[in-house]
Amino acid sequence: MADVILVGVGGQGNVLSARILAETALLAGYDVKTSEVHGMAQRGGSVICTVRWGEKVYSPLIPEGRADYLLAFELLEGLRYLVYLRPGGTAIVNDYRLDPLPVQRGDAAYPQDALDVIRSRAGKTLVLEALEVAKAAGDRRAVGTVILGALSRFLEFSVPAWEETIRRLVPSRAVEVNLRAFAMGRERG
Amino acid sequence: MKRSLLSGNEAVALGAYHAGVRVAAAYPGTPSTEILEELSRHPDVYCEWAPNEKVALEVGIGACLGGARTLVAMKHVGLNVAADPWMTLPYVGVNAGLVLVVADDPGMHSSQNEQDTRYFARMAKAPLLEPSDSQEAYQLTLEAFAISERYDTPVLLRLETRISHSRTVVEHDGTRMRVDLPYEKDAVKRVMIPGYARLRHSVLIKRLEELAREADSFPHNRVEMRSDKVGIVTSGVCYQYAREAFPEASILKLAFVYPLPEKTVRDFASHFHRLYVVEELEPFLEEGLKAMGLDAVGKTRIPREGELNPDIVGRSLADLIEMDTGVKGGGWTPPPSRQALPPESALPSRPPVMCPGCPHRGLFYLLSRLKLLVSSDIGCYTLSVLPPLSGIDCQVCMGAGVGMALGLEKAFATSEVNAGMRGKVVGSLGDSTFIHGGITGLIDMVYNRTPSTIIILDNRTTAMTGFQDHPGTGKTLMGEETRALDLEALCRAVGVESVRVVDPWDLEATEKVIREEVEAPRTSVIISRRPCVLLERRPAKPYVVEEEKCNGCRRCLRLGCPALVVRGEKAWVDPLLCVGCSLCAQLCRQDALREAGEDG
Repeated sequence: MADVILVGVGGQGNVLSARILAETALLAGYDVKTSEVHGMAQRGGSVICTVRWGEKVYSPLIPEGRADYLLAFELLEGLRYLVYLRPGGTAIVNDYRLDPLPVQRGDAAYPQDALDVIRSRAGKTLVLEALEVAKAAGDRRAVGTVILGALSRFLEFSVPAWEETIRRLVPSRAVEVNLRAFAMGRERG
Repeated sequence: MKRSLLSGNEAVALGAYHAGVRVAAAYPGTPSTEILEELSRHPDVYCEWAPNEKVALEVGIGACLGGARTLVAMKHVGLNVAADPWMTLPYVGVNAGLVLVVADDPGMHSSQNEQDTRYFARMAKAPLLEPSDSQEAYQLTLEAFAISERYDTPVLLRLETRISHSRTVVEHDGTRMRVDLPYEKDAVKRVMIPGYARLRHSVLIKRLEELAREADSFPHNRVEMRSDKVGIVTSGVCYQYAREAFPEASILKLAFVYPLPEKTVRDFASHFHRLYVVEELEPFLEEGLKAMGLDAVGKTRIPREGELNPDIVGRSLADLIEMDTGVKGGGWTPPPSRQALPPESALPSRPPVMCPGCPHRGLFYLLSRLKLLVSSDIGCYTLSVLPPLSGIDCQVCMGAGVGMALGLEKAFATSEVNAGMRGKVVGSLGDSTFIHGGITGLIDMVYNRTPSTIIILDNRTTAMTGFQDHPGTGKTLMGEETRALDLEALCRAVGVESVRVVDPWDLEATEKVIREEVEAPRTSVIISRRPCVLLERRPAKPYVVEEEKCNGCRRCLRLGCPALVVRGEKAWVDPLLCVGCSLCAQLCRQDALREAGEDG
């Protein structure tokens, strides 16, 4: 069993990544629950998804400080939702900064110490250049699959199971790129 | 038995399909939109986007009277629009089953208010079921159709955002039922003239008593006896939160929420000196329990606003349950310290913003710059209320921008203190929301000689909820080509003398038209037409800043475009985000922005 929280910015694809993770856990026979954000998510706002699996799962929302893994698609969002990560848990962080409007306009400062603060709570922090890896795999939109590849090192699910869910959920023209992105992410996990 | 991971919305759609639904109607609204989208993927179900929720329910009433099982779906505020047919439908009853699915949005993730739909069941004297996960969403949809036909009543199925948009495991092996009931004329039952309606009201009250007995034998109400000291009454997703926060507590999980299963509740209550009620929003169950004379702790502890979660439920009740049980925290484990973390308020917020290239941006930039009073409604453009555009003065519900503009204008007409505001009122609304609820306001405006300007933000789709078609797009939910509503012709037909179309990517021409129409002493309509940038993805032609020309005046930043950033003292365009709408270049007085071209 595990609790995973995926955070990022609308348009980065963490809703799809959460689904891939959840369906992979379902294949392994677990009870699975997710929560997703819709509506405003497409408008560049902050987005949080949860995935939980185990013998029996109750709340789709993860209580504060209980997530075993934090997958941060963006640094500030990683910092914003760090409170959900269990102290000593694992953070997989995309080393990527996307300035929100108040920062763009110079009304607020982007926190410079995001990674340090994340490291201070997490037992293990894996920092990835997921955007660069995704580009190398063939599509910058495959950031989420790179991050899942890295996460897969920590989980019991088999590579063929991951690949099966990626094939099923990713649009058919993007399957090969995403399989490559997953493998490249896994190498870095 | 198939095992699928379905959202609550998908589970309702699957349940409806297996229940044999042949007609379904909805107006899109987060978090309910995906129900009809999903159902329309199944064969042999007529699915439609109605122009608004009232029409959707009326279509549903006709279809169920016509012998087809029928699903109607909407978000909570949609039921306000559909309240007129909803309040009389229980008098009329159904023929084949009718289930109205309404999704509430506690926490207002994507809504203008936090109203609690359960009161609409009580007000209409109709039964209400509420699932606690997708498995129940599937099963309760099937049950709802059975109850609807057995008791000749519409059934309200209430979802919440965390049911609609959570995925949980659904086991199903259902085959599709075939329901096709004969239509027989029965005017006494179906024509609600006062004399007949009086008869039907008596039937309705008697039916409610029968439904209360049904509620008591309903198999999806579940008693889980664990602790003999702590009893929690709950329903919906709150069951999951209570179960997680207090794993040892005994729980009565209700699925039949109205009318309340009194005997079930009393039996459960008899084991405990008081009950805890865990529910989101209003004290609906709590009031029911207290009306039965039971001692219940609810909203004195648990917030009446916002979304709940296991932490809030735990924190709200831990001390009381500790007193009951002698167990520390009542069995709830508080979260670890937040001490090493920056407070949320210290982090820059990330509000949703209009996309780069959004056709609304240029228009609201102009409305704001011209210092017009803008009464608006619900859509992506509502985001322009935030700085730097700050382009909206008031917004209440879909279509309201038109009527409010009329009211403002009439108030200013006889005002001394607000005399300066005369002729400065503009109403704005979307293409979909104009059809939903704006047309009648426009008729009022013409009829009552109001010199205001209405701007229809025609982006050729229902964008905010994820690009649903509507009567103006020329395509149906089922993918058929159809006649597209002609907005210009419609506005002229209701008597608007001046109907003009502008391209909001052309600031100069748009500004000229707005100025002319605002000054003219007549009702006028400006249609600001350009498809949503996400709808018609074109190859982007990003702009660049010529650094030597940029003097750092930040004029371009007044657009609030996500692709424009200050780097050092100069503006910088993110080439990955910019789609090349050119608004920034139109604003720049230094001529520092130009299309990147081949050399990048």
